[in-house]
Amino acid sequence: MANVPADRKYTREHEWAKAEGEQVRVGITDFAQFQLGDVVFVELPKAGARVTSMKTFGVVESVKAVSDLYAPVSGEVVDVNAELGRTPELINQDPYGRAWMLVIKPSDPKELEQLMSAADYERLIAQAS
Amino acid sequence: MPAARAPYERLIFELSAPGRLGHSLPACDVPDPDPAAHLPKELLRADPPGLPEVSEVDVVRHYSRLSQLNYGVDTNFYPLGSCTMKYNPKINEDMARLAGFARLHPLTPDDAAQGALRLMWELARDLAEISGMDHVSLQPAAGAQGELAGVLMIRAYHLARGERRKKVLIPDSAHGTNPASTAIAGYAVVQLRSDESGEVDLADLERNLDEDVAAFMITQPNTLGLFESRIHQITELCHAKGVQVYMDGANFNAILGLTRPGDLGFDVCHFNLHKTFTTPHGGGGPGAGPVGVKAHLYPFLPAPVVVERDGRYALDGKRPQSIGKLQAFWGNFGMLVRAYAYIRTMGPDGLRAVSENAVLNANYVLRRLEGDYERATQGPCMHECVVSARRQKRQGVSAMDIAKRLLDLGFYAPTTYFPLIVEEALMIEPTETESKETLDAFCDAMARIAEEARSSPAAVLEAPVTLPVRRLDQALAARRPRLTWTPTAPGAGP
Amino acid sequence: MRYISNTKAQQREMLGVIGAGSIEDLLVRIPPKARLGRPLDLPPAMAEMDLVRHLAGLARANASADDVACFAGAGSYDHAVPSPVNHLISRGEFFTAYTPYQPEASQGTLRSIFEYQTMIAELTGMDVANASLYDGGSALAEAALMAHAATGRETVVVSRGVHPLYRQVAETYGEGPGLRLRAAPLGEGVTDLGALRKAVSTATAAVVVQYPNFFGCLEDVAAAAEIAHGAGALLVVVVDPMSLGVLVPPGRLGADIVVGEGQGLGVPMSYGGPNLGVFAARQELVRRMPGRLVGETVDLEGRRGFVLTLQTREQHIRREKATSNICTNVALCALMATIAMALLGRQGLRRVGELCVAKAHYAAARLGAVPGVRLRFPAPFFKEFTLQLPRAPERVVKRLLRDRILAGVPLKGFDRAYRDCLLVAVTEKRTREEIDAFAAALGRAVA
Repeated sequence: MANVPADRKYTREHEWAKAEGEQVRVGITDFAQFQLGDVVFVELPKAGARVTSMKTFGVVESVKAVSDLYAPVSGEVVDVNAELGRTPELINQDPYGRAWMLVIKPSDPKELEQLMSAADYERLIAQAS
Repeated sequence: MPAARAPYERLIFELSAPGRLGHSLPACDVPDPDPAAHLPKELLRADPPGLPEVSEVDVVRHYSRLSQLNYGVDTNFYPLGSCTMKYNPKINEDMARLAGFARLHPLTPDDAAQGALRLMWELARDLAEISGMDHVSLQPAAGAQGELAGVLMIRAYHLARGERRKKVLIPDSAHGTNPASTAIAGYAVVQLRSDESGEVDLADLERNLDEDVAAFMITQPNTLGLFESRIHQITELCHAKGVQVYMDGANFNAILGLTRPGDLGFDVCHFNLHKTFTTPHGGGGPGAGPVGVKAHLYPFLPAPVVVERDGRYALDGKRPQSIGKLQAFWGNFGMLVRAYAYIRTMGPDGLRAVSENAVLNANYVLRRLEGDYERATQGPCMHECVVSARRQKRQGVSAMDIAKRLLDLGFYAPTTYFPLIVEEALMIEPTETESKETLDAFCDAMARIAEEARSSPAAVLEAPVTLPVRRLDQALAARRPRLTWTPTAPGAGP
Repeated sequence: MRYISNTKAQQREMLGVIGAGSIEDLLVRIPPKARLGRPLDLPPAMAEMDLVRHLAGLARANASADDVACFAGAGSYDHAVPSPVNHLISRGEFFTAYTPYQPEASQGTLRSIFEYQTMIAELTGMDVANASLYDGGSALAEAALMAHAATGRETVVVSRGVHPLYRQVAETYGEGPGLRLRAAPLGEGVTDLGALRKAVSTATAAVVVQYPNFFGCLEDVAAAAEIAHGAGALLVVVVDPMSLGVLVPPGRLGADIVVGEGQGLGVPMSYGGPNLGVFAARQELVRRMPGRLVGETVDLEGRRGFVLTLQTREQHIRREKATSNICTNVALCALMATIAMALLGRQGLRRVGELCVAKAHYAAARLGAVPGVRLRFPAPFFKEFTLQLPRAPERVVKRLLRDRILAGVPLKGFDRAYRDCLLVAVTEKRTREEIDAFAAALGRAVA
């Protein structure tokens, strides 16, 4: 049964978004990494790039699949996790912690509130299984 | 393959010793053999390239040993769906190697290449007859290029009529090259659902057909091995909206002499000569992917086109509306010779027998497997069948595990995890060249694996164990790609 | 029918197991009106010896390089094919093998492709090479698409020294993605660097030069690299692998992507196909490379093994997001090249290049000495050169066929500006006698 921490919000495309003061930290869920299998590569934007809510910001590749990554909120990318370039398997090992992908300075604080709660996301993935 | 002795593990570079040579070149018979006499020094490389230094004996032994690490159709049964791994006739190899074909330069004047041009012209005519199309281009180098050519011709056709349509419809069961080729041609792909029987969902098709759709691409029979029985309705619905219909010819082995895309309403189709027409797979190519069109698309064919007048053949490059070229010269001529030889060997009755026996063999395998594996479709299949290993998955054994266990038992694996719409899919295409004995041996092996899955799954999960290598770490290969050999430190050993 | 194993009795037995009365019962899904109601209108089946006679007749109607001394080039060359190549690639486990998607049963193919990738990377001076593409033209097209995807820019500046047929393939492939190809003119047979500098801008994804170029001339690749990189564009170099035993490889001159035609390495000319598309790139671009890649890994017991890797770039996984639709490589042709390169080895490929240079320069001198004939360009050349003739080159070629010489490739069909020119190629196989005979025959033909 996939792990779904209660301290953050979720998208239908299996990203998580955690408020950290004015900023939002983003990654993919335990369910997503399990579906993908062994992650081999992740393509992320550079700091300074702009992202738009529910538009793609990058790509995550496993041995058998490629998935788009969707921005949970719009805004400016202020930090990108450089460790993932060297050690993409972190995404399988610690998707909610060390394998965070981006930190975004959101342009519209309401977008975060509109995302799914942990309970709603749990229901979504229960249907998918 | 001989498994008893220790498998051969070397790379050619590891056999290299300074000063060994495997070549034989004559002394220079013209003055000034030193390139420095003719070229500025800064253009010349100071060091020779780092190729291995090995003797001819080393090379022959090394590559002969490497070949023994492979399965091939010549040694093993390949039940791969949609690949048509049928027997590759040896006479085709002899014919392709005739000096008049193999040693002919592509820019030889037409008058001095009449044999080659006539062969191409006749092959194009034969493929047109087999498919019910009006014209065929032999230029595309592979099925994927044939698809690209087809979609680009459809694009040119619409543009010539003043229309800039933006979408192409493709079923969710389609082979990956279909959406890829379509995307390269600049179209947006709209995926259509298949219905419960596995055929195209007509309601979904109708819902999505509009005048912004350029084409509908479909494989016939489809990738579940089913003949799309409502095909006339499909092509009529498409044509009513000005949509062109493309047939992916990967499954042509099912329909030779029985039905023809041109008679079903298709506007374009491609052929995979390395499937239906026996040109060898070669470990991954070369292939050839000719494309056939109805008359309205003739102006857009890749250039040049082989034409005939008064018994003389020529390459006609004056094609102002052509989509251009897919490769530099005229086509994979060496493969065209092989396909031509095959068609002449079989004749019309032989080709029909090919499809009849391909269908018979696939249905026999399906009947023998359906006790242990879930059928993905109902009723008779065409030349290939799809079963699901869903039952085995619940016992902890996946389609991939079954594939690996088959390798242990001396068979190449079927296609796995395709089509994407079937869970734990195993797609099996026996082809007509296999005997009942081989099919029985394969089905017995599949039954044995199903039994192992039930009672002793370790044998399946640990497979393969009899091959030169065990299961290989794909994740490591992708995370830390090592794509070239580098010498180890001196003294470290091979 | 010798390719169908089952007898009528076995067919009946199988129908019995299936529970069908006849094969027709299995075809019920095909609507009756879709059924072809007649046999295919094709010539009747031929017995093997009749087929051989028929095809031998068609083969004889061609002037092959066994019948004539071949001085034609332009992307297809009469280089020597070492004798073991054909024997080895004719082993059934190589030529009847499938694509190595089940790596445990395909280590022979995979290991030989890994060797091929290594040798091509080494020859071109690049970091990584793929398992091959269809031919030089489609390899150039794929390089253009890759540069477009990597830079986000839409224009590709292509020197007029690049093979015109390769350029046409790139234009065809570029239609869909909206690539714009701009031409950079030549001056004296090589790219006019001043004009190139003006043609390149921040809208340029890549600059393409060929080395040696279509006319045989050697380009200043390093200068083209400086111009491309100065504008943030990639440099794509189209090469002749046969020259890389002698010439400085493009990887040392600033190339970002190297493509070319590898047919000279053990692959028969075969009237233009199948060929061998060479493709190599710098390390940073590896995840954008089209085509198959073989990588080294280990198995469960730590044993070295090889697999197709980075497959998620490919069509069967990326589907409509794939940046290329290529599905096959030309594995068997790549194997021919691998074996040829192993046999030639370090010293042999250099010697082949030296012979080509010496013989081509001897030929250029002898042919250029024929009254009315001159070498068209002053630039240095490797094995091909362009002659300006006082008579229509197509007629000269036709006339010399009677002397059993294929004199070269008339350039009128490629570029009307050179309609009085003939492109002549001289490989290591051309003897002094053949060259002298060519000069004599040319003298007669233009007198």
